[in-house]
Amino acid sequence: MAKVVVVTSGKGGVGKTTTTAGLGTALAQSGQNVVVVDFDVGLRNLDLVLGAERRVVFDFINVVQGVAKLQQALIRDKRLETLHLLPASQTRDKDALTDEGVARVIGELRSRFDWILCDSPAGIERGATLAMRHADVAVIVTNPEVSSVRDSDRIIGILDAKTEKAEKGEKIDKHILIARFDPARAARGEMLNISDVLEILSLPLLGIIPESEEVLRSSNLGTPVVLNNPGSAAARAYLEAARRLMGEELNVTVPSGKRGLFNKLFGRRAA
Amino acid sequence: MQSETRPRPVRFRGRSYLAFSLSPEPPIADWLADLDAAIDRSSGFFAGRPAVLDLGNTALSQSAVALLIQELETRDIRIMGIEGADAANLGPGLPPVLVSGRPASGGELARVAQEAQDKPAQKPAEQQGSLLVDTPVRSGQTVYNSAGDVVVVGSVAWGAEVVASGSIHIYGVLRGRALAGATGNTKARIFCRKLEAELLAIAGYYRTVDDLENGLRDRPVQAWLDGNAMLIAALD
Repeated sequence: MAKVVVVTSGKGGVGKTTTTAGLGTALAQSGQNVVVVDFDVGLRNLDLVLGAERRVVFDFINVVQGVAKLQQALIRDKRLETLHLLPASQTRDKDALTDEGVARVIGELRSRFDWILCDSPAGIERGATLAMRHADVAVIVTNPEVSSVRDSDRIIGILDAKTEKAEKGEKIDKHILIARFDPARAARGEMLNISDVLEILSLPLLGIIPESEEVLRSSNLGTPVVLNNPGSAAARAYLEAARRLMGEELNVTVPSGKRGLFNKLFGRRAA
Repeated sequence: MQSETRPRPVRFRGRSYLAFSLSPEPPIADWLADLDAAIDRSSGFFAGRPAVLDLGNTALSQSAVALLIQELETRDIRIMGIEGADAANLGPGLPPVLVSGRPASGGELARVAQEAQDKPAQKPAEQQGSLLVDTPVRSGQTVYNSAGDVVVVGSVAWGAEVVASGSIHIYGVLRGRALAGATGNTKARIFCRKLEAELLAIAGYYRTVDDLENGLRDRPVQAWLDGNAMLIAALD
């Protein structure tokens, strides 16, 4: 039974695309058949994070408008054969997506994959509502900052109103994923702490991704952190989050502020 | 722990009304004839009652609209607003353009009309039923009960709004806005388990987060009106 997951947040720059790539890679590594779909038409990034930017020929818009077949637009990852990308168009904008076209493409993807991960654009407008429209599960990416949490709260309300499931009176599964968590800043009270975020959003926690240079470096290299440095704290957090998404019960560990001796002596803190 | 609002506040109150909506269909002359026939059957039905003119089915010029309104006025129908037309196409002398009207059921209109005839000065019906919300109220959402209390079992987020004609009870954290007694009920109160509200209002008198005493924040409180001053006291 295929599952459509929307990765959304409301606010921009919180880590939706990195999370889509991280969860997609982790799910694919466990043998699941995964496609990640970039809904950020006009501002596509997911291809870069997955290192597929030079392999894009046809895109999501071409498929939605019937110019290309789905098979022609899907890009298979070179490292993981169960991971696929449906890239967005960089030259068009969100108005090029039609309700019927998106519904048709998602329907086709459902018959071919176990997991369909939709990388939502920021905002609450058409692009974001189309990305969430057919979702069974929502992963709400939030940073432990007041502005991000408030925007996430807004998007949760929209998930409960504008998705196909909600309109049929069903509930969609919603999870919080806290990204860019900086234990040192949280300890100094410069960030909201985890319990505040969960109390405000009152949804279950899928995982906590620590802020790290490793994530940025991996994104710039075009290799998700899960593949680039599987032993890093961020990679382990994504792998565990993916297992929770598949229904496993795992305790969430809050990253501690302690750093190794090596880091203490030589490490530079991420901004 | 109580305090009063110092300067006399100016009251701004939102209010909604039921109005008849007339939708002329071309040809207008025939439609007016039909209207005359309807008025003959029940004389005085429209007399003095405000009506809205829905121009969605027509494409009339500005002068034609003005003429139509004059025609209606000779039949004692006063047009208080226009629907379904572009404001840019209407001149300054015409009634304002209204948007986002909702259809009312025939029964509702009939009831209002009946009440208006029977007891012109009837008190607005209050405390008819409370509304229970057992999910968190999210940012950007509004919970509205025009017929009594609102009870929220979860929290009310920043940027969310709870509006009730009666009292408001929040068994979580109140971070958004709570507007009790929205139809003018000065007996309405606001209760919450933890106060972090952006704004509290009762019957049009309001206080924002900036004029709350620090001692009340993060505590369970109630708010009520004493004359035209809003009082807030901790419950613990």
